[in-house]
Amino acid sequence: MGMTAIEKILAKNSGQDVVKPGDLVVVQVGTAVLYDNNFAPSIWRDILKIHDREKVVVVFDHRVPAKDIVSATAQKIGRDFVKKFNIERFHDVGAKQGISHVLIADHGYALPGSVLVCGDSHTCSAGVFNCAARGTGAPDMFYAVTKGETWFRVGETIRYDFEGKLNAPVSMKDVFLHIADTYGSHANQNVEFGGGALPGLSINARRTMTTMCAELSAEFATFEPDEVMLDYVRERNPAPFEAQYPDEDATYLDRRTINLGEMEPLVALPDTVLENSQKIGEVAGTQINQAFIGSCANGTLDDFAAAAAVLKGNKVSSDVRLIVTPGTQNIYLEALRHGYVETLIEAGAVVTNATCGACGGGHLGILAAGESCITASTRNFKGRMGDPDSKVYMGSPATVAASAIKGTIADPRDFLN
Amino acid sequence: MEFTGKTWKFGDNINTDLILPGRAQLFTEEEQLRCVFEANRPGWIDEVAKGDVLIGGHNFGMGSSRPAARSLRNTGLACMVAESINGLFYRNCVNWGFLALECEGISTAFEEGDEAKVSFEDFTVTNNRTGDVLQGRVVPEVLLNTMKAGGVLPLLEAEGLIAAAE
Repeated sequence: MGMTAIEKILAKNSGQDVVKPGDLVVVQVGTAVLYDNNFAPSIWRDILKIHDREKVVVVFDHRVPAKDIVSATAQKIGRDFVKKFNIERFHDVGAKQGISHVLIADHGYALPGSVLVCGDSHTCSAGVFNCAARGTGAPDMFYAVTKGETWFRVGETIRYDFEGKLNAPVSMKDVFLHIADTYGSHANQNVEFGGGALPGLSINARRTMTTMCAELSAEFATFEPDEVMLDYVRERNPAPFEAQYPDEDATYLDRRTINLGEMEPLVALPDTVLENSQKIGEVAGTQINQAFIGSCANGTLDDFAAAAAVLKGNKVSSDVRLIVTPGTQNIYLEALRHGYVETLIEAGAVVTNATCGACGGGHLGILAAGESCITASTRNFKGRMGDPDSKVYMGSPATVAASAIKGTIADPRDFLN
Repeated sequence: MEFTGKTWKFGDNINTDLILPGRAQLFTEEEQLRCVFEANRPGWIDEVAKGDVLIGGHNFGMGSSRPAARSLRNTGLACMVAESINGLFYRNCVNWGFLALECEGISTAFEEGDEAKVSFEDFTVTNNRTGDVLQGRVVPEVLLNTMKAGGVLPLLEAEGLIAAAE
């Protein structure tokens, strides 16, 4: 009996020929990514020995530059750790600054066929590179960094095949909301993506999908390898790797085909994305106070381009704060060179430095009680972006930009020629 | 290992941000404890008592990697039982040393306040009011031992890999 892509990656890295759903496997960790929250004084334990410094990456992303004394202290502890063990792949405040999952992509840290762990839940993002990438807790990270291994429960796999072509401004965010709305939770399941539409989907678009799989509660999200992805990694990292293709007779819990041409803009209502989205026309007119584009899911150059296409020549409503946060400082620079930042600022947006920022309610755009926000970021839990009595709607960057102009949730197709 | 305690019931898809709000992420453990369920059940933190048992619905603990399991452990709850536990949250239960069991049918078998007897020997849950006995999902031995030992940090400490807590 054949294996799915994720089963093959877990088998390879646990030294077994076969793994199957229900197994508990111990795997070698290829890359362990520590981030600023791991160094928080209420979490951090001084590490005395590490397994392999070359497998460690350190990123400060949630609250950069430090927004208060506690986050400054965490970053100081992190810098001491980097110095003590001479960690080379370190992303401090500055030119290399950014959100861990975006940096992992941009630097080719996630090698196809390998295992990557990070203490942030959206680590499934790197599954786009055919990598068993999973968010873990802080104790897991101490374990992985000191012992070089970790454990996983093997779940069953759902296969999604993408066919056809997206009609702009419909984006992978809308496709994700469609999957979350139609199929709900994927708890204890893996998700594998493939299909004839792959060559036409950019790595950024695919990564929006894998990142958002955290919101499905999926264990692992992986894309089937293709030349677009393999070239992307090879251009960024000379290290050898062995991509893992699903077997033809792999066993899936279910196979679902998504025709991208049939997708349209969707908006998730507050508190969850699971079975909770509506077509844009049904929520249009809902008052908003803030609009946000950013995070590991939507802080890419593609997202800047989508927002700028809608905002060009328009003005953000005087009743709305539009906040745009790039995924990395490098994306910020690219967005400047492409003229997107100018378009956004002229329209009335505030473009911040690269950080997780408003997505997690950490800083740079927190909501007050009674306020509503429409966001193109990762998560819309109750109180996620501020006061427990604030509301978070979720849509694509184009939908967020259109809503910022109108002052109420709006259809981006009304703002494009 | 067996616990008998008063139950508190929570629904499906209880997320980590409800257990440990983002604003409290960098707080001390004691401060984080004060914020547990402040958005969905204000005041609960003053009512829950040592040895109580939390009953959850499906996909309990969905969301973030934050140390929400540690906060639940710090409430004094003896353990939790849910219809199903989110994969990441389950890891955190193991690794922060908070005893957690998955048990189908648990949310309909209990009304809040019923006394539960939870066994981590045979993984059964008994409702002492109705007499109903439910069979939970077996916790693999290595994970159970880690949970019982208080998580992975004491283990790494004993191996000389991390420093002792201050």
